[in-house]
Amino acid sequence: MLIKKPADVASSEITPKRAYLSRRTFMVGAAAAGASLLAGRRLLEMASPAEVAQAGTKLSTVKGPFGTDEKLTPYKDVTTYNNFYEFSTDKDGPSQLAKDFRTRPWQVKVEGLVQKPRTFDIDDILKLAPLEDRIYRHRCVEGWSMVIPWVGYPLSSLLKQVEPLGKAKYVEFTTILDPKQMPGQRMRVLDWPYLEGLRLDEAMHPLAILCVGLYGEALPNQDGAPVRIVLPWKYGFKSAKSIVKIRLVEKQPINTWNQAAPGEYGFYSNVNPDVDHPRWSQRTERRIDGSGFFASIKKIPTRPFNGYGDQVAQLYAGMDLRKYY
Amino acid sequence: MTRTRWLKLAIFPACLVPLGLLVWKAATANLGANPIEAITHSTGDWTLRFLLVTLAITPLRKLTGQLWLIGLRRMIGLFAFFYGSLHFLTYIWLDQAFSVHSMAKDVYKRPFITLGFTAFVLLIPLAMTSTRKMIQRLGGPRWQWLHRLIYVSATVAIVHFTWALKKDHHRPIEYGIVLGVLLGYRVVVWAVPVVASKRRRAAAIANAAGD
Repeated sequence: MLIKKPADVASSEITPKRAYLSRRTFMVGAAAAGASLLAGRRLLEMASPAEVAQAGTKLSTVKGPFGTDEKLTPYKDVTTYNNFYEFSTDKDGPSQLAKDFRTRPWQVKVEGLVQKPRTFDIDDILKLAPLEDRIYRHRCVEGWSMVIPWVGYPLSSLLKQVEPLGKAKYVEFTTILDPKQMPGQRMRVLDWPYLEGLRLDEAMHPLAILCVGLYGEALPNQDGAPVRIVLPWKYGFKSAKSIVKIRLVEKQPINTWNQAAPGEYGFYSNVNPDVDHPRWSQRTERRIDGSGFFASIKKIPTRPFNGYGDQVAQLYAGMDLRKYY
Repeated sequence: MTRTRWLKLAIFPACLVPLGLLVWKAATANLGANPIEAITHSTGDWTLRFLLVTLAITPLRKLTGQLWLIGLRRMIGLFAFFYGSLHFLTYIWLDQAFSVHSMAKDVYKRPFITLGFTAFVLLIPLAMTSTRKMIQRLGGPRWQWLHRLIYVSATVAIVHFTWALKKDHHRPIEYGIVLGVLLGYRVVVWAVPVVASKRRRAAAIANAAGD
């Protein structure tokens, strides 16, 4: 397999010490000072320090392959502009509503057509393989895109642990179902829990990662903490968040968006400028990279497989991508 | 000055507050990660809200007997057109960067854009004929018929909003319910006397036949 020349620097090196983060912490602290909420949180912190220290914890990473020298989307935008319908259908909703989402204890069950089914504790997942910085383009089906320095390792590293059987052809991912913590799940916008699926060869592809962080830190809750997948050549919704179950199966699994609107969201959902969404064009995209208002007027062309065609196009050789959108 | 005059003087700047907030947020880089989307959504939302307020004035006036309310209708209606124009301008300038080619394709290929465009175009004759002179020129009844286009425009605008969304339709549904009530009121007001007079006539005929 052709592996493109990686970017030369780890994201932890590029990323400036984000002054804004400490500012945000300060503002949140100031706003909450005196409030009973803070008192409650303090108690919680004293009782179980590990439980509050999750999102934002520094991770030690190594430089991964598949870099890009495009401008990174600012941390603030990656963490306040989120499609995470389990919390809210408003993009600025999840960052608020996911604040107290509990990511410990957390387990991921890997089962189905495998030799060694196993339930992984999140802390085992974090240690399963060296954590890599993977700077990927991220293209949303809605027509915007980001460049995000994810932290994770190949999904194949996890799947190999359970030894998929020959019969296994697909992988199904299930997001946590917890309407108490996730207000969006109390509305029937989608059929919960959120399901996603991949062909096994897609899941084993080196670009597909099991992701536990971004910007060198543990995943913020609104970005799919504590563990998600990232598939940079597919539209964003394929990259399931807050995963609790991975199942290897023989038949193509259901994926939630396809079930909700089969004519609009396919099983594959590879980024493809030649196949429009029935209601809007996919030819171009608006890059969110903090370049400012007027710079964002200019859209950039969307590339087949989100620019990862050299790596993944052969997975779909001979397939009619208009039919299997 | 009359009460309506004073009210208009107070309401006019209030109607500009949504625009002021947008400008303020844009100037202070507070429109979020996708400012153009934020502007598109905000101007679209306010267009619909002003359309619905415009449509609420007649029922309110009739139900409360507060005749002066009618004096506000033109201004509110023109603000609907104003925000609609900003929404349209956002699309052609910020979203499409004045690319005639891509807009032509969009209007032709995307039903939701086509509908939005239709809803906006329907408002143009209404804005143009909103002056006292034009009312006199057209004559009351004809002017009134023309201005019923707002029913079509508002309905089309709400379908446009629905089709623009990926999945969560609760907001267009809310707008739709309000519009349904406002138009439903008109149907009832129109139908009740018609039905009543038919009944009267039928009763009269029956009576005559009975004699």
